[in-house]
Amino acid sequence: MHVLPYLIAAYVFLTGCYGLATSRNLIHAVGCLAVCQSSTYVLLLAVGYQNGATAPVFSDIKPGSRPVVDPVVQALTLTDIVVGATVTALLLALVLQIAKRHGTVDPDELRELRG
Amino acid sequence: MNRLRLALLAVGGAGLAALLVAACLDLPRFGARSHPYGTRAVHASLTRHTANTIASVNFDQRAYDTLGEMSILFAAVLGCVVLLRQARDEHRAQPQPAEVARPVRRYALIVLPVALVTGLYVIAHGQLSPGGGFQGGVVAATSLHLLYLGADYRALERVRPLAVYETSDALAVSSYLLLGLAGILAGTAFLANTLLPYGTFNTLTSGGTVPLLNAAIGIEVASAVVVLLANFLDQAVEIEEEHGSR
Repeated sequence: MHVLPYLIAAYVFLTGCYGLATSRNLIHAVGCLAVCQSSTYVLLLAVGYQNGATAPVFSDIKPGSRPVVDPVVQALTLTDIVVGATVTALLLALVLQIAKRHGTVDPDELRELRG
Repeated sequence: MNRLRLALLAVGGAGLAALLVAACLDLPRFGARSHPYGTRAVHASLTRHTANTIASVNFDQRAYDTLGEMSILFAAVLGCVVLLRQARDEHRAQPQPAEVARPVRRYALIVLPVALVTGLYVIAHGQLSPGGGFQGGVVAATSLHLLYLGADYRALERVRPLAVYETSDALAVSSYLLLGLAGILAGTAFLANTLLPYGTFNTLTSGGTVPLLNAAIGIEVASAVVVLLANFLDQAVEIEEEHGSR
């Protein structure tokens, strides 16, 4: 089963999408978006994994003495985490204001515009 | 209406799932030996004397990309500050100090300095050991908030003059840009790691501009997280709606 980690990433992504589409609460929707995003961490790290390899940090191993996993995807994951966290914060701030102005966080009840 | 929506979701989801599975089957084998990008990134990192390859990728090989990432962080914090400001029909209430259980207070006050030093250590050793500006910044910023758990909100506000953190956030972003521009002034390219000597491998001063860019990011992330949490806490603790305004 050498595709299993990739399939797990796809499964996590689809689960997040299902949650987003059926969500009745905006905070829950933001959480589902975070689930979607975490699938990309699984995918990236699975792409960079190498059997028997260690972390690409050479402070305690001699360069070239043993294989290391792909550092590029790890750096991409780091970018992903930072962007995900900030976007989540921004969305939660929006939800807070929506809850204050409209008194609800159910997306189905937010139909009409209000000034 | 709702059933129609679910049916539409099922059709779209099934299609997407099929495409994703097809894509997964076409990906390189999990755990295989060949990683062309990784091998080249490790090589480039070693020629520039940076022990932590991930820091080298972030602050040297893809430093321009990190600039974008930093801008997203900055813009998101700015957005939160604007969204969560005090509205016209709200007022600030003085939060009342609450009783904190003794063990919680003791534990928070013991762990706070340890957590703060750990955060700063992780930032400072970003080019050597796992970690770096992003991770260390978050640890350092959240450690301050142990004061909120262990003492009360007033104590946190005293160690956290918001204007200082907002300014240092902006200054850290500018210093990252200035470090990039320094490369141009020195006759090479924007954010190219050719400005400083690479130093001795596996020491604090190795890696050329990597430790400096790393420190700039560390300060930015720490300030940004403090400002972000402060705005959310303000909403929960201080800002109250005027009665009968709705």
